[in-house]
Amino acid sequence: MTQDRIDDVWGERTPHARGTEWPTRVDLHLHDGVREEEVERWVQSACLLCSNGCGVDIAVKDGRMVGVRGRATDRVNHGRLGPKGLYGSTPWASSPDRLTRPLVREDGRLVETDWETAMGRIVAESTRLLEEKGPLSHGFYTSGQLFLEEYYVQAVVGKAGVGTPHMDGNTRLCTATAAAAFKESFGTDGQPGAYDDIEHCDAVFLYGHNMAETQTVLWARILDRTRGEDPPKVVCVDPRRTAVAEEAERTGGVHLRPRVGTNLALMNALTREVLENDWVDRDYVEAHTIGYDDLVATVAPYTPEEAERICGTPADDVRRAARIFGESEAVLSTVLQGFYQSHQATAASVAVHNLHLLRGMLGRPGAGVLQMNGQPTAQNNRETGADGDLTGFRNWDNPQHVRELAEQWNVDPMTIPHWAPPTHAMQIFSYAEAGTIGLLWISATNPAVSMPESARIRRILGGDQCFVVVQDLFLTETAELADVVLPAAGWGEKTGCFTNVDRTVHLSEKAVDPPGEARSDLDIFVAYADAMGFTDEDGEPLVKWRTPEEVFDAWREATRGRPIDYTGLSYDKLRGPSGIPWPVDEEHPDGTVRLYADGVFPTQTEVCETFGHDLVTGAAHTEEEHRALRPDGRAFLKGAPYSPPHEEPSEDFPLRYTTGRTVYHFHTRTKTGRAKRLDDAAPDAWVQLCASDAEARGVADGDWVLVESPRGSIEVRARIGPVMEGAVFAPFHYGHWDPTGLCPDAETRQANELTMTVWDPVSKQPTFKTAACQVTKVRTDERRR
Amino acid sequence: MPHLSTYVGLADHSEETLADSFRTIADGHAHVADVFHTCRMLAGWCDDHRSRLSEAVERYGEQDDVDEPERLHAAGLAEPREGEIGLLRDLQDLHVLATLVQTTWVVIAQGAQGLRDEELLEIAQHCRGETERQLSWLTTRMKTAAPQALIVAP
Repeated sequence: MTQDRIDDVWGERTPHARGTEWPTRVDLHLHDGVREEEVERWVQSACLLCSNGCGVDIAVKDGRMVGVRGRATDRVNHGRLGPKGLYGSTPWASSPDRLTRPLVREDGRLVETDWETAMGRIVAESTRLLEEKGPLSHGFYTSGQLFLEEYYVQAVVGKAGVGTPHMDGNTRLCTATAAAAFKESFGTDGQPGAYDDIEHCDAVFLYGHNMAETQTVLWARILDRTRGEDPPKVVCVDPRRTAVAEEAERTGGVHLRPRVGTNLALMNALTREVLENDWVDRDYVEAHTIGYDDLVATVAPYTPEEAERICGTPADDVRRAARIFGESEAVLSTVLQGFYQSHQATAASVAVHNLHLLRGMLGRPGAGVLQMNGQPTAQNNRETGADGDLTGFRNWDNPQHVRELAEQWNVDPMTIPHWAPPTHAMQIFSYAEAGTIGLLWISATNPAVSMPESARIRRILGGDQCFVVVQDLFLTETAELADVVLPAAGWGEKTGCFTNVDRTVHLSEKAVDPPGEARSDLDIFVAYADAMGFTDEDGEPLVKWRTPEEVFDAWREATRGRPIDYTGLSYDKLRGPSGIPWPVDEEHPDGTVRLYADGVFPTQTEVCETFGHDLVTGAAHTEEEHRALRPDGRAFLKGAPYSPPHEEPSEDFPLRYTTGRTVYHFHTRTKTGRAKRLDDAAPDAWVQLCASDAEARGVADGDWVLVESPRGSIEVRARIGPVMEGAVFAPFHYGHWDPTGLCPDAETRQANELTMTVWDPVSKQPTFKTAACQVTKVRTDERRR
Repeated sequence: MPHLSTYVGLADHSEETLADSFRTIADGHAHVADVFHTCRMLAGWCDDHRSRLSEAVERYGEQDDVDEPERLHAAGLAEPREGEIGLLRDLQDLHVLATLVQTTWVVIAQGAQGLRDEELLEIAQHCRGETERQLSWLTTRMKTAAPQALIVAP
């Protein structure tokens, strides 16, 4: 089948009516010159290149991955794949610049070595630090790209082996707010809704979520509804006029354009309108929520006119959007980085839950919330506790939960750090900056490009105060700064599970061998644990598992009785036609499509994952305070007043800088940059500004501009486009690595040179979307001269 | 009501001292992003408390010269300390100051109850609630900072 998903991103439409099943359409892509009949094996997996988690089969020929095909039977994608999945899934694997041997730093340079030498250096440094300073000298910064089994082992090694609270992931940069918002509203992490809600809703609200570019297959699913019979209305909240915004206008919905950093004021106004017009399900609120009166008082000042004053969004648009929410019978809300990476992130995301709770719109077909992830494995990071959470959605502040884990791992509960909230990524890097973290282990992520104020991060990683270990597929911008680099196996080169946004668990089978001496992340963590001699209370090895399936079986036990219950799943079961959404247990042997259908939430003091936080300050509530509220299975309605963003425009920096992902690249382009078709489609960075801001600066489309903030600058091409006046948009995650060596802006294009070191008080997610900047023209587009 | 006015004066002055101290600590630890931004925000809450109280100050007056005022006044934090352990100690000092403010509002609320002054009661209760949130944040932040500062920091 020939197809061009570069120009035709979402593929041909398969429209259908409300309440009918999404038709199947199988997408396929094979490397140039490979014919379908030449494929030797198809190996079951799921796509890793956005959070949608589409079911795929990997094509194998001559021991290499040569393409992918969507799985027609999978509940997530019904056979479809997007441009990243099609073109970016496999080419990286056979790229000639794969890491195939470990590297160690000698006289300032990284040189090839063997595993024994590389692991020996790590173990020596680790042992020395543990003896001299103890576990707090170690930090682990992990990915959203490992498999469930690898995260689980990493969590065990970090929490019960080393015993450090300094564990976090790249997930902190993308999904931490989703998790935090769930915990604040519903007691634990866990997505209430399902992708199937698209087939049943009569309105879709996308909050800070450019789904058309970030989750193209899910957007195709929405387009197939909006182009079919009885379509839903789309409401879009975004400072840019995206394809989502256009669809909002086409379907009779609304495009709300809040000024960057003002989401919460807009949400408060929407909430107030729903209350004022009494679009409230009184019985549901009475029976299943607490906090109503406080919420009413909090949002009272936010009239539509006040929202217009703060956000720049016309008051009538706010009224229209609220009416759509209030008068629809089944609303699906989706949220992403426009909220998560912006000011007052958790409060704004919780406000989405508030709207659904007020209308009783959870747990039934079409009435759902999807707080998105950035990648399908990030959810596993949260579940297993390789990031800042406690394994199995347990509460670090609940001694019984800690005891359960200690029993599971057969260690002293005091080994497991639980005296304070786990250390978040930005704090980990600050400790590494100060040298109080002396060993920082980074797996499969590229903070030198992805973190805010990236020049500072490169200084920290490149300094002598902290020993840096990086395991990855390539010599990334981060790996270049490491003391030891470990070559890792990637997707298709190892076996493991991962879980997407709507809790669907997929098994991804090993299709080919990794190149050279590269090893799976699981093998690397196990090797470290063994070499360090980490043992349990009986003197047995702490990590007793050697294969992914053994780890999975141990993980199932760690989830028993928790809201996230995997006990009914097995590798055999996952080899079936489709992924399966958790919880899967005796009661739900085939999985659970929607949570909270009964309106009962895991908020009991003994069950919940957190006792909650002050949404404004981030102060943690105590167990006594939580108990006194007697939530007893009711959800929390929680509000917060709006406050201005941390950095407002000034005379020197009069524009608002915001960043985001675009359709042809994923993360720091480690994989997508090595896929020729994706790289050709988006080879370099750019900034978008509106026509009036461009004109005022004498900037024409394609001209080179300097974009400066108080922290740094980039020099890239300008695109004049439909972004809100006063705002400047830059695609994030272009680093200095360039596959062709031909990009003139490769050294000056990193969007995060400009962003701020500041984070949300509750989720600790860095703010990438509010900084003040100035744009000046550097030179005219040479192509026009 | 000389003693109520003494306490009104105490609330006014100690909120001012707390605001100044939050700003001193914010600037002194400006590289610790969350401390910098949160302390400045919490200083703003103190300013707001003082402006809410101003109406009561007009009605009851402020007295700070009766009954051994030096025992009532708390000194602010003039100088920030350095490093991770310095931050911990500074947060602890802020907590001591905020506790004085919090109990001052408790006492004023009791006086307002006795006088059936609903306006003053509402002000005192509102401000006490926010001061308790300031205390919660300080406790949370100290718990977070303590292990590294106590065990690993130089």
